[in-house]
Amino acid sequence: MARDHLVTRRVARWLDQRLGSAKLARTALGKVFPDHWSFLIGEIALYAFVVLLVTGVYLTFFFDPSIEEVVYRGSYEPLRGVEMSQAYASALDISFDVRAGLVMRQIHHWAALLFLAAMVVHLMRVFFTGAFRRPRELNWIIGITLLILSIFNGFAGYSLLDDQLSGTGLRIAYSITLSIPLVGTWLASFLFGGEFPGPDIINRLYVIHILLLPALIIVLLTAHLGLVVRHKHTQFGGRGRTERNVVGEPVWPRFAFKSIGLMLLTAAVLAALGGLAQINPVWLYGPFEPANVSAASQPDWYMAWLDGALRVFPPWEARAFGYTVPNPFFPAVLLAGGTFALLYLWPFLEARFTSDTLEHHLLDRPRNRPVRTSLGAATVAFYTVLSLSASTDVVAVTFGTSVNGVLVAFRVACLVVPPVVGLTTYRLCRELQLRDEAAGMAPPERPRIRWELLRVWEWHARRRARAAPTDP
Amino acid sequence: MARARRLRRAPGPWRLPVVVGLAAVATGLALAGTSAAAPTAGPARQGPEPDLVAEGRALYRTSCVSCHGVEGAGQRAPDGALRGPSLEDVGPAGAYYQLTSGRMPIGNPDDLPQRKEPAYSPEEIEALLAYIDTITEGPPVPEVDPESGDVAAGGTLYRENCQSCHSATGAGGALSYGNAAPPLGPPDARQIGAAVRAGPDPMPRFGPDLLTDQQLDDLIAYVEYLDDPDDRGGLALGRLGPIPEGFLIWVGGLGLLLVAAFWMGTRRRDAPRVDPEPPGDEADPGTAGVDAGGNAPLARAADGERDGP
Repeated sequence: MARDHLVTRRVARWLDQRLGSAKLARTALGKVFPDHWSFLIGEIALYAFVVLLVTGVYLTFFFDPSIEEVVYRGSYEPLRGVEMSQAYASALDISFDVRAGLVMRQIHHWAALLFLAAMVVHLMRVFFTGAFRRPRELNWIIGITLLILSIFNGFAGYSLLDDQLSGTGLRIAYSITLSIPLVGTWLASFLFGGEFPGPDIINRLYVIHILLLPALIIVLLTAHLGLVVRHKHTQFGGRGRTERNVVGEPVWPRFAFKSIGLMLLTAAVLAALGGLAQINPVWLYGPFEPANVSAASQPDWYMAWLDGALRVFPPWEARAFGYTVPNPFFPAVLLAGGTFALLYLWPFLEARFTSDTLEHHLLDRPRNRPVRTSLGAATVAFYTVLSLSASTDVVAVTFGTSVNGVLVAFRVACLVVPPVVGLTTYRLCRELQLRDEAAGMAPPERPRIRWELLRVWEWHARRRARAAPTDP
Repeated sequence: MARARRLRRAPGPWRLPVVVGLAAVATGLALAGTSAAAPTAGPARQGPEPDLVAEGRALYRTSCVSCHGVEGAGQRAPDGALRGPSLEDVGPAGAYYQLTSGRMPIGNPDDLPQRKEPAYSPEEIEALLAYIDTITEGPPVPEVDPESGDVAAGGTLYRENCQSCHSATGAGGALSYGNAAPPLGPPDARQIGAAVRAGPDPMPRFGPDLLTDQQLDDLIAYVEYLDDPDDRGGLALGRLGPIPEGFLIWVGGLGLLLVAAFWMGTRRRDAPRVDPEPPGDEADPGTAGVDAGGNAPLARAADGERDGP
């Protein structure tokens, strides 16, 4: 065997003789990926997460999550001599006294916002193309779990700094926890270590934010991607594409280069934002004092739908058996719980309502599933309106109108906009289908939707009827 | 790393001896389009000068009486709606704030008062203040000296007393039923002092028992700092908090990357196709004629291109 002069080749051979890596690499690099631009959205989320990990590690070197009271002596003059928690002081130090601290903080925060935005759009892609159908329901469940964990982790992260704005958010979180019937008071005390603000919450959030949730997210992400490989990627129908093959480009070289390019672009966009656009200037918000609150306090965008729900929900509460179900329970606990429960159950609900339990590897075009598409569009519209409702006061100030009028307008919009969007989408799907037919394309087979199943109370009778057929 | 940058860059405090010169300067400034015009003589109560009061009364009777009533008792429209509030406890401080910031005289009493060019010259305002001083019980225009204020102490006071309406960054905020706390920039030291002391409705009044003169100076120093904070991080997105940040990440962050992904995912039109074409290709009936992107080949047919051989 002639000595190879290519170092890379020698290293590869050395490794292969010890790991058998060549076979593995050949399989991995030979994987075929269908090329459609919408399949890259999930990757944007993945790469935003990579940026989050890298910048987050840097920040942990300098952050001290202690609520011990200190007097600030750093280089930001307008807060010098002010009493604050060690956590907030070290956030200021990262911003003003640590080399590259502020740019890392800002990239980290922008990356968090991008991570969640990309996840939501990825979720929409999967939903509207029916990529969650059998055999991919498990991966859908993992994905929804990832979304929930990431929302929690984003909230935990921005609450760590113990500034006035995030303290206000924590106060709301405490009240929401408090509003859960029966266990609320106990749960809130358990989480915060007593009455708000509680001695333990910042420390606990720190462990949750840098250890527990990231580890969970990494594990689930690995499973998520592993299942993509296991199932093979879905693809749109077309020339030579069937339920039994995958048509596309191999990982090496084309797909790998595309993907690396997207990673670098994601990092570049985040670095540009972190360097050029100020985000969360905690030094202006001041240290958290439970008695203070600022006007126009809003959460980050991924919590905005909850904040908006709290704002637009009418001031109702329920009393029964000597117990009160406080108002925040309905918009915050019930709505959030219902939202994620519906998301989790959707693949199974759809399978039941369409009686479609077959395996699917070809994606739907959204227009060919008008009911699913319009329901999804209405849902997106509903949560968009709710998110925008979190800015009632800013809207009122910006346009010089009454904040109460804006609130009522959003209340109406919550009820009116989703149906309008849904019906419009339905009509649009039908028009596009007609256009396809005019272009000479046969309409695809669509499963019949069993609307009668909406009568949930009859499900039990149906099951009995199925178990014991009455007519011989 | 100590930063050698002056935190306070307020104009020098008004000094009594240079009345005439400053009046001229102030007039010039007003003409040049700033609202920094301010009366010069501090309204220390040394007994009203009769002709100044007479001039003020004449001005009041022409421009203010229709809403605030004779002798400032307030006025109601025939249908009982409030035309103008009573000036009973406004005092020179309140009048100074409303007149120098151009909020009064107001065109339509139903609107919120807006900051604009003052309608009166500094001398006229001085006369009006002298007259107001004779008909109302209220605080005098405070003497402020933000130069001597401590920004850090002011910040603490601001966060305790002001941010719940004016927001942590001084961007202003909404109050219930159409009221609003105005944004605090661009700040004018005496106007802030007058507003704090007089408490123009719906703002609470902070008398010397709540905020000492020194604390008022601290506070003004901080508000002046907030107008142009010496901070880092790049472009401040209006200092409105997470909402503009959310818009930016959706439009400038994810929007940009989606465009990039779309651009990566589109083939060049003249790229050779490498898709396999199995013999006897039995495409799904629903996807016949659909290209790799799942798009109907409508535009394709139009420009005379044919797919495949």
